[in-house]
Amino acid sequence: MEKREKIVIDAKGIYYRELNEKIRDAIYNLKCKEIHLNNVNGQRYIGDGIEAKVTIVINGVPGNDLAAFMNGPTIIVNDNAQDAVGNTMNNGKVIVKGHSSDVIGYGMRGGKIFIKGDVGYRVGIHMKAYKNTVPYIICGGRAGDFLGEYMAGGVLAVLGLDENDNRPLTGDYLGTGMHGGVIYIRGEVDERTLGKEVGIVDFTEKDMQEFGKILKEYADDLDLDFDEIMSKPFTKIVPISHRPYGKLYSY
Amino acid sequence: MRKSYLIPEFRVEIDHTRCRRCKRCIMNCSYEALSFSDRVVADHFKCVACHRCIVFCPENVITVRKNPVDFKESFNWTNRHRLDIWKQAETGGIPLTGMGNDLPYQIIWDHLVLDACQVTNPSIDPLREPMELRTYLGKKPDSLQFEETADGKIKLKEKPPKNIKLEMPVVFSPMSYGSISLNAHKAMAMTAKEMGIVMHTGEGGLHKDLYDYSDYMIVQCASGRFGVHAEYLKRGIAVDIKIGQGAKPGIGGHLPGEKVGLDISKTRMIPIGTDALSPAPHHDIYSIEDLRQLIYAIKEATNYKPVSVKIATVHNVAAIVSGIVRAGADIVYLDGFRGGTGASPKIVRDHVGIPLELALAAVDDRLREEGIRNQASIIAAGSIRSSADAIKAIALGADAVAIGTAALVAIGCRVCQTCHMGKCAWGIATQRPELARRLDPEIAAERLINMLKAWKFEIKEVLGSLGLNAIESLRGSRERLRGIGLDAQTLDILGVKPAGK
Repeated sequence: MEKREKIVIDAKGIYYRELNEKIRDAIYNLKCKEIHLNNVNGQRYIGDGIEAKVTIVINGVPGNDLAAFMNGPTIIVNDNAQDAVGNTMNNGKVIVKGHSSDVIGYGMRGGKIFIKGDVGYRVGIHMKAYKNTVPYIICGGRAGDFLGEYMAGGVLAVLGLDENDNRPLTGDYLGTGMHGGVIYIRGEVDERTLGKEVGIVDFTEKDMQEFGKILKEYADDLDLDFDEIMSKPFTKIVPISHRPYGKLYSY
Repeated sequence: MRKSYLIPEFRVEIDHTRCRRCKRCIMNCSYEALSFSDRVVADHFKCVACHRCIVFCPENVITVRKNPVDFKESFNWTNRHRLDIWKQAETGGIPLTGMGNDLPYQIIWDHLVLDACQVTNPSIDPLREPMELRTYLGKKPDSLQFEETADGKIKLKEKPPKNIKLEMPVVFSPMSYGSISLNAHKAMAMTAKEMGIVMHTGEGGLHKDLYDYSDYMIVQCASGRFGVHAEYLKRGIAVDIKIGQGAKPGIGGHLPGEKVGLDISKTRMIPIGTDALSPAPHHDIYSIEDLRQLIYAIKEATNYKPVSVKIATVHNVAAIVSGIVRAGADIVYLDGFRGGTGASPKIVRDHVGIPLELALAAVDDRLREEGIRNQASIIAAGSIRSSADAIKAIALGADAVAIGTAALVAIGCRVCQTCHMGKCAWGIATQRPELARRLDPEIAAERLINMLKAWKFEIKEVLGSLGLNAIESLRGSRERLRGIGLDAQTLDILGVKPAGK
């Protein structure tokens, strides 16, 4: 079969199973490095389980479980995304230029999810890091309840870039059961919303340097002003213990 | 330290006149109940009746007895209640336990008997006649469509869904690497390959040493997603979504940080020493539609391998399973309330859920009524203790059974119910290298293979006596069962007549 560098697929009216077969065929048989999907309208599981260095550009709104179990690709969504982006994702990058919805990055172990706008509930739940693989979720807008619940590793950030938006940056139960990783919030956090297992610590110069690198990448990928992002102080939230439920049981 | 009000549950008695003081018992006691000061001395408090010292004493001079100390008699305030209260009063924590529910609820298997052939419907001699125990797990098509090819041959129009082939209707139940040792996993993997059956990985991921056996593995995706990545999902022959466990319905998994050593951390892909929290809810599943989404995400990632959904049996189980099947599951794994565990709060293990037998009958009925029984296979699990339990489960409607504790007993487990302590003297429910080493995977596999071969012969004998030559013919055939000492309502739910009718 001939090799092709770039392929454009019109997803209009195509059932998700067929669309995903076309994508896998382009990646694994045609050895394609760049795939453009036009007229995507809610098709689920795009990028699901794909292990390859490819770029998938999505025009339209992809359905749930975008990039689930994904290991390597870069997915650029030029619109909003739905629920469960990056479910148990192992590696790769997802850039969403609009908003995204609930349960982003569930159990995610590596890679990056950059969202320009808001995210919904239960974002970053069970996120975990292992050795050198550290997952990142950065949301440019605001987040709902249960952000980083049971988080075991990685970095979650909420930036609230729209200064005219007066809603709270994050919801209730922030970091409940969290026992690893770190959450950065650009601005103040109401302590009332924090889970019992986390606390606020100083945002240090070292944090600024390490986290700043990722924020630079985020700003570049989404055409945002890096200095503007860094212009406001961050709140750093970490777990108090990596054994939050160590004393629950006896005998 | 304040004085504990507890008294020892067991007493270790040593005949010192015959003891040769070789200290082998001390070396074998992982619970540190035995020590030496001019002779072997026992700290009875620490004994859990694991029998390791007894089995390995070259002189046979050790006895472990239930502590004969009397409690003031009470039918209501049992010793069990008193001991639990004292433990709670001392710690303020929830008492944990291992293994399955041991309360004296009625065991329905023991009140069911099988039919046999007599004069007019002759039985079959399994020594001379072929017997078919092969079982296929997975979705079966609603109907078959055929087409003729250009060269006049007839072939199936659509490819049938992928199924798992089992040479006997038994699989190993999900016991994670973490709850049991790698050697125990290896023994099961070797046995599965030899016997043509499969094992579940449990939620602890798949250790690299077991990659060679991945054709005999059902991998598991639980709420904590430990060790779950694209390669893992692709390696298994099927993927199991763990929703519930019979020993702890509605409760998640929790592997304490002290058990997360180097190897566990590598396999689960979490840092050493952190708690592995796997709560009951998958936080992306709050409805049948959400479950369907995960089932199909896994199917997409694995090129449509069978997906199994494992639930604990609870009151509304038939309706739940109907939803699970409609959500696209190819296999439903029912774990009854006697199912085993590495660690569960005792209160949940002993008091939550319903018996497998009733759940199984109710589920089979419901799926038949709805005309979707062919869309998924049923695995029945939760204390299948013998081939008799297995045969009765199949007659009640299961496609296959899963065994966990029975397999562990075959390789040495003494059901001392202290798996949660991680000190298993038999090298099974432990991660301590010096203890895990005690279990030789080759020897353990040999014992497991022997047990399963024996079960295979037994199943064939019973099939022969029933006049059947294929396990397929027994499936859901409740007419071949009768109940003894079961009340009318229980018999009604089971769909079984009382003996004599």
